[in-house]
Amino acid sequence: MNTRIEYAGNTLVAKLEGELDQHVATELRTRLDDEISKHNIINLIFDFKGVTFMDSSGIGVIVGRYKKIQARGGTTMVIRVQPQVDRVLEISGIKKILMCSREGENRGELYEVASTGENI
Amino acid sequence: MKLQVPGKTSNESFVRATVGAFASQLDLSLEEMADIKTAVSEAVTNAIIHGYECQKGVVTVECKIIGEELEIKVIDQGIGIEDVELAMKPLYTSKPEEERSGMGFTVMQTFMDRLVVESALGEGTKITMTKRVANG
Repeated sequence: MNTRIEYAGNTLVAKLEGELDQHVATELRTRLDDEISKHNIINLIFDFKGVTFMDSSGIGVIVGRYKKIQARGGTTMVIRVQPQVDRVLEISGIKKILMCSREGENRGELYEVASTGENI
Repeated sequence: MKLQVPGKTSNESFVRATVGAFASQLDLSLEEMADIKTAVSEAVTNAIIHGYECQKGVVTVECKIIGEELEIKVIDQGIGIEDVELAMKPLYTSKPEEERSGMGFTVMQTFMDRLVVESALGEGTKITMTKRVANG
């Protein structure tokens, strides 16, 4: 899995690419936690456009970071998810606690916050 | 088809891909294929993280096509599950400190048509899942 980190003020955008399973979950979690504390991040956006597979290990990563961001008074979003990831998010109940959007779904309010100068 | 791999998380993507290749003999939709891979991933993760507690061990995956059903078994010789009913409860995890979401069995149950969990303490766990194929 590749992770590209971008910043927009105190918002961190994690652009993920590849398969998110238990094998990569630990490393991703550590990396994000480091970035969050080092750059005093308040909001976190997971950009899932490049994620072709995720199992419940990914739910653990998202919920863990959500709690951290919530404690900082910020917002967590999961954007541009593919159908397989969407099904896992759906049954996890995570969509009830944080904002999620599917790839191609027009949710202007998410894109506005998510915008980092690149067209998405 | 029988596949045996060392219980390392680095083997998970290989197992998913191999089961996917086997399953592609059936006329599966993209969604059905994704469901199968996700369920397998959960079962193999459980075997490695919980069954073997990340120590050495072999994970066995067996796949069979029976009529219009795909049957997948994921077997470990790990520590076993003390209370299967509790382990299968949504959101229950024996390892909250590791950020396990407790959704593994729920994912398997939701994405497959049948799930049977057999486990004995100190002997291991066998998960049998079947998926009926709509166009089989």
